[in-house]
Parts: sequence; C-alpha cells; structure tokens
Amino acid sequence: MTDGLVVRLRQRRPVDLDLELACASGRVLGVVGPSGAGKTTLLRFIAGLGRADEGSIRVAGETWFDSVSGVWRPPHRRAVGLVFQEHALFPHLTALDNVALALKRLPARARREEAARLLARVHLAGLEQRRPSALSGGQRQRVAIARALARDPAVLLLDEPFSAVDRRTRASLHRQLAELRQSLDIPVVLVSHDIEEVVRLADEVAVLDRGCIVRHARADELLADADMRRLLLGDDG
Amino acid sequence: MMDWQALGVSVRLAAWTSVLLLPAGLWLARVLAFSSLRGKPWIEALIAAPLVLPPTVLGFYLLNLLGANSVLGGLWSGLFGHPLAFSFEGLLIASLIFNLPFAVQPMQRAFEALPPDVREAAWVSGLDPWETFWRVELPLAWPGIASALALTFAHTVGEFGVVLMVGGAIPGETRTLSLAIYDRVHAFDFDAAGTMSAVLLLVSIAAIAVVYGFSGRRNPVDD
Repeated sequence: MTDGLVVRLRQRRPVDLDLELACASGRVLGVVGPSGAGKTTLLRFIAGLGRADEGSIRVAGETWFDSVSGVWRPPHRRAVGLVFQEHALFPHLTALDNVALALKRLPARARREEAARLLARVHLAGLEQRRPSALSGGQRQRVAIARALARDPAVLLLDEPFSAVDRRTRASLHRQLAELRQSLDIPVVLVSHDIEEVVRLADEVAVLDRGCIVRHARADELLADADMRRLLLGDDG
Repeated sequence: MMDWQALGVSVRLAAWTSVLLLPAGLWLARVLAFSSLRGKPWIEALIAAPLVLPPTVLGFYLLNLLGANSVLGGLWSGLFGHPLAFSFEGLLIASLIFNLPFAVQPMQRAFEALPPDVREAAWVSGLDPWETFWRVELPLAWPGIASALALTFAHTVGEFGVVLMVGGAIPGETRTLSLAIYDRVHAFDFDAAGTMSAVLLLVSIAAIAVVYGFSGRRNPVDD
C-alpha cells in the first residue's frame, strides 16, 4: 500500500507499544481500548509530537519516521491534521484566524477566503469573528476540524474528538463527520474509548490493549464477537 | 535644585537595561519554561540571587567582575581605552545582571502558563518553532512580558546600593537620580531631595502605568 498510512512502532518506555497497523485512503480506522492502552501515544507519534524507539511511519508514500535509516520529520513538516481532545484552539485568535494560521501553503491573500470556506464546510458560517471563548463546545470542535483540514493533510487524526461535548452535540458531530468523510480521500484514524461511536463511524477497528493490537476487524464483525463485546462493553450477554 | 543630568542617567540606564534584557530574558525564560534541564534549579537560583543578596555583596562581586584586574575589565580597557568600572557601560552590565530576576521570572511564569497542547497545535498546523513563537507564544505570554519590562525599568530607576558600589557617582556618567537624592540629603538640602524624590516616584509609576496601559492588562484567553 503506498497511498495510505502504514505504521510500525515498538518501544518499552514510558508507554509500552508494539504494533503494526495500516489504513487506506478514504477509510476510517477506529482505535479503541482501555485507558492507558497507548491510543493517544500512537496518534502523537504519527503527528510527530513524540518519537518511538523503533519503527517506521509512512504516509502517502512518504517516510515520516524510520528508526533504521534515521529519518524523522518534525510535526510542522508532516502533512497531518490532528484534532485534539480539548480542541487546543488558539485562544487569542478568532475562529477565522485559527483556521487561516494553518493555511501557510496558500498565498497570504487567499488564506482568509479559504478559511471562511472551510468554516462554512463545518457549518460555522457567520461565526468567523468569534474567539474560542465565545463558542460552544461543539462549535469549538468544528473549528478544530476545519483547522485540521486546512493543512490539506495526508492523514487525519482524531483524538477522542467528541469527549468534551454533551450527548446531543455529539450526535450532530457524528452526523457531520460521517458526511465529511464522504469527501475526504485520506486515511482517518479515530481514537475513542466509546466503542459504539467507533462502530458507527469507522470502517474497521483496531483494539489496543497494553500497547498491542489484540484484534483488527471490520466494525460489524467485532460486535458479533462475544469476547470482544466483553472486553469493550463489559457485556456478559 | 533638580538634578536633570542625574535623571537623564537614570532613564538612559533603565531604558538600555529594559531593551537589552527583553531578548535575553525571553530566551532564558523560554529555555527554563519548556526544557527539563538537569541543572535547572541551580540556574534558577543563580538568576534569583540578586533578589536575596544585599546590594553591597552583589556590588562587591560586580566590582570584581568589572575591575581593571578582571578578564572582562582588562579586555574592555584594552579595546576602548578606558576602564569598565565607574563608567556608564560598566553600570549597564551591572544593571543587566541585578535585573535578571525581574525580567526572567515574570516571563518564565507566562510561558509556563501556556497550555502545552496549544503549542503542539501550532506545530501540527504547519508552524515551525520560530513562527509558533511569534504567532502563538508571544501574543499569549504578552501580559507577563509587559510586567517584566515595567518591573525592570522601575527597578533600575530605583536601584541604589549596587549603583553606589559599582558606579561611583560620576556626574553625567554614573550618577543616577537615587544617588543624587542621597547626596542632597547628606548636604541637608531637603528641598532638592524632596523635589527629586517626587520626580523619581512619578517616573516609576508612569513607567509601570504606560507599559500596563499598552499591554491592556487583559488576559487574551478571557477576552
């Protein structure tokens, strides 16, 4: 596979990891598992916010990390879109400028126009001039998604993206992500501890436990498996 | 009455100290805020030393550092033909050192208060570390940086002990307003001392008010 995401990582400390996974363009890979399993660490390594002792990360045919040949690209040189758990918007900038700052690839004149287009795409037209503190949790989440897409990423990473919003907002964000992915031709990795959310949004699911992938299956297969239901849902039935 | 020359020396010294400590302080504060150096507590203690040392002790060591027999003093007089101690430049070097905690500590606290994931968000948005500094860190840390500048300026204008030890009260060169006031009190010229004290008070308060006014004292996060 040359067009998607191929990851192979190994390390012992500070978080135990030993895994290989791949995700093709246009597919959504859900990563679930108990807390401390290494889900966030995995995303941070793909984004370049940390480095594993051994392994490699290849995205769209480009090597971002390879411990054998010594390749390591810093995060600002990886075409990655990362949506943080707590959004991590720039608090001193408006919604529009939050997105425009990630549009370095465009000439300065075109950035604001493109930022407005991206905000409209996540249904935030009219709120361009609001600062993050004047937005609701769900709205902040959409700004974060627009900002992640602004870089024209080769891979989109979502770290528990819906955990900081209430139930109703979550349902509408789910619909929006499902709609958005139709138009995205890149691999999407969705980390969540909510198995139902992952089953609804992902094509395939990797179950991570203590840094290892204990199961990699289609979402519907996973739910049909009684052992997995027990591990992930605590379901005895 | 009013020693305008001394006021000029004080303001010149305070301005140069603030201007030179801004980049140096920012660099040091960032290194201390974001890195986990092994000797960090010792570096921090060294920077904080001027806060707790008596000005005479600090002045004594600075005098040794700047004196004609020191490496720095010898190098300086070889290059410029006049000694470093008891010159404006020598006083400025002393001022930079004794103001380090006033500049570095508020800046360091401001950088430490930045949420770590906001810097990471800047990197994954494609900003290199230098752009992240200008576009994200500096605007968010600005209130702390402004406080640091105001403190440094006001503290330099008000400094007495170290200036007395290192400067030698040469008119137009190292005689600051605080030294002129001391001198006038010893001569029982209380009118002049009173006028100059009032001017010093005003300059210090005005300096702080101007910087605070510029920075708005608003926390950009709560805006």
